Amino acid sequence: MPTKVKKNQRKEERAIFALGNEAVVEGALLAGCSFFAGYPITPSTEIAEIMAERLPGIPEGVFIQMEDEIASLGAVIGASLAGRKSMTATSGPGFSLMQEHIGYASMTETPLVIVNVMRGGPSTGMPTSPAQGDVQQARWGTHGDHPIIVLSASDVQECLDMTVRAFNLSEKYRSPVILLLDEITAHTREKIHIPDRETYEIFSRIKPTMPPEWFVPYEESMRGVPPMPALGDGYRFHVTGLTHDVNGYPTSRPDEVEKLMQRLFRKIDQFFYDIQIVEETACEDAEVAVIAYGCVARSAHLAVLQAREKGIKAGLLKLKTLFPFPRPAVDRIIRQCRTVIVPELNMGQMSREVKRVNDGHSRIRTLNRIDGQIITPAEILKLLQKA
Amino acid sequence: MAEVTQLIHHYLRHNKRFPHVLCPGCGHGIVLGSLVRCVHQLGLSKDEVVLVAGIGCSGRIAVYVDFNTVHTTHGRALTFATGIKMANPKLKVIAVMGDGDALSIGGNHFLHAARRNIGVTALILNNNIYGMTGGQSSSTTAENCYSTTSPYGQQEQSFDIVNLAKAAGAPYVARSTVLHVKLLDRILTTALERPGFNLVEVLTPCHTQFGRKNKFKTNVDMYQWYKKNATPIEALDKLSEAERAKRTPIGIFVEENRPSLEERHAAIKARLTDGAPS
Repeated sequence: MPTKVKKNQRKEERAIFALGNEAVVEGALLAGCSFFAGYPITPSTEIAEIMAERLPGIPEGVFIQMEDEIASLGAVIGASLAGRKSMTATSGPGFSLMQEHIGYASMTETPLVIVNVMRGGPSTGMPTSPAQGDVQQARWGTHGDHPIIVLSASDVQECLDMTVRAFNLSEKYRSPVILLLDEITAHTREKIHIPDRETYEIFSRIKPTMPPEWFVPYEESMRGVPPMPALGDGYRFHVTGLTHDVNGYPTSRPDEVEKLMQRLFRKIDQFFYDIQIVEETACEDAEVAVIAYGCVARSAHLAVLQAREKGIKAGLLKLKTLFPFPRPAVDRIIRQCRTVIVPELNMGQMSREVKRVNDGHSRIRTLNRIDGQIITPAEILKLLQKA
Repeated sequence: MAEVTQLIHHYLRHNKRFPHVLCPGCGHGIVLGSLVRCVHQLGLSKDEVVLVAGIGCSGRIAVYVDFNTVHTTHGRALTFATGIKMANPKLKVIAVMGDGDALSIGGNHFLHAARRNIGVTALILNNNIYGMTGGQSSSTTAENCYSTTSPYGQQEQSFDIVNLAKAAGAPYVARSTVLHVKLLDRILTTALERPGFNLVEVLTPCHTQFGRKNKFKTNVDMYQWYKKNATPIEALDKLSEAERAKRTPIGIFVEENRPSLEERHAAIKARLTDGAPS
């Protein structure tokens, strides 16, 4: 234990005035992240910059700036296989480059966290404007069928909380977890509370305890999540992006492929209620509701309060887990309300999901903006009044 | 013979379903043999060795040996290796790549790994062709050679891996062929012992895809061509200018010392945590 107290070593429990991106770093360090590899891209750069400053000062901490986003996620996967809690941060164009490795991490069940601070697009688009255009890319960006966990945050405190959660879920289910932020959330500065490390439940991957010769790297089990040793721990195993048998060796035998793929899906399905979280505001007696996420959820929150003042029975369902899609919560709102409004900073990537589960129960209204501007509470209120 | 069998049993994976995927006459097995021999002679434990491989025939050899093995995506073996080495500098990280893997799709990563001087032994199995995908030209396919994507003869100039590594700043650069096994063993052992980024290029024949399209009737012809053309750099000076241009030099091209990336990181960490002078 270091005895000297360094200048920048603050008290464990503290309140700070922080940027969303800064809160992500605080959350990651709280969760035990000790490896960051990234490539600078606006509006996510602060995450890499602050990591570069903080990580070398903590035991085992490693920051490395790679030559591109493909390399960054490659290094993150490597570090995670070597036993570290690892992450990277990027924005739209970089996120696109990472897709192949997201698939690799899903297939090899490598825990890691990717923060994507969305910017206007497509292509280089609007680097400093907010958007929510990568929702479906986060779900389906890489090739092939695979489950994935996608989270979002709408304020600075939530950036911290959801980053901790992202690490916990990735470690628990050996899955890549994507945290989707938008430029507004990432660049808002707010007072946040950094709790003591003890108050958080921090989850780390389960390591095998059996003798190495008994170890079967991808064995079927009730939990569906095999224990994970680090490279060099003495459990020598083969990691491959090819479909593999329980020993990790490439196979294309239908029975073995089927078993592997089913287990990959099952481990997420089975723990759906642990993964999906939503937040409700005034939903108990709501007749009209807004379903929103990210910075739009904040506008929606104010709009719902204002609507209540005007006597409209409005409610807000804020999605914190985007995928697996929190269907039970959305289902309930759809069945309860005559109209559901889905405002988004894209052409309808999440309303598409809501419509998919609606099945004629409710009227779904969309509110889309793709001009790099935020959706204001007034715009949502107007729709609530008409609904 | 008994000793060889013992080595095979010690280093190959008993629970892997053989046979292997390599064609008869392929040189990759010779490289794998050399790698296992070097690891054995250096007395490294199987637990501390991590073999990171890319995609293609060279990538598949990782599955047969009982080290920690990672079969990565096409061209990105060095990025995974970088993460592994930085996360745990105690591991002996070896990246096995093909020529297409390391220099075409992964060219950028190759240059940066060399520049960074990350502690990885990069082993490039150069057969001048994309073998597993069916014999398309790679960035080391020589001019006027034939491949499935250069049916009228390759029109692009090829990369010289040694020169590329030298220019990118690799502190150890060496080349051998699978026919010069003693040299291969020697340079590979040195590469494994040294800190920092060490490049070993091995010329290995792909008769199935390269040889039969380029006037090598049998794989023995290919081996004979390697024997005729590969010349130790020490012997190169004695040849005439015209003769030299036809030969492929083999041997050690660069051998320097500079601190590896993980050593530099450790130094910064020591400075930050102990308050040691910079």
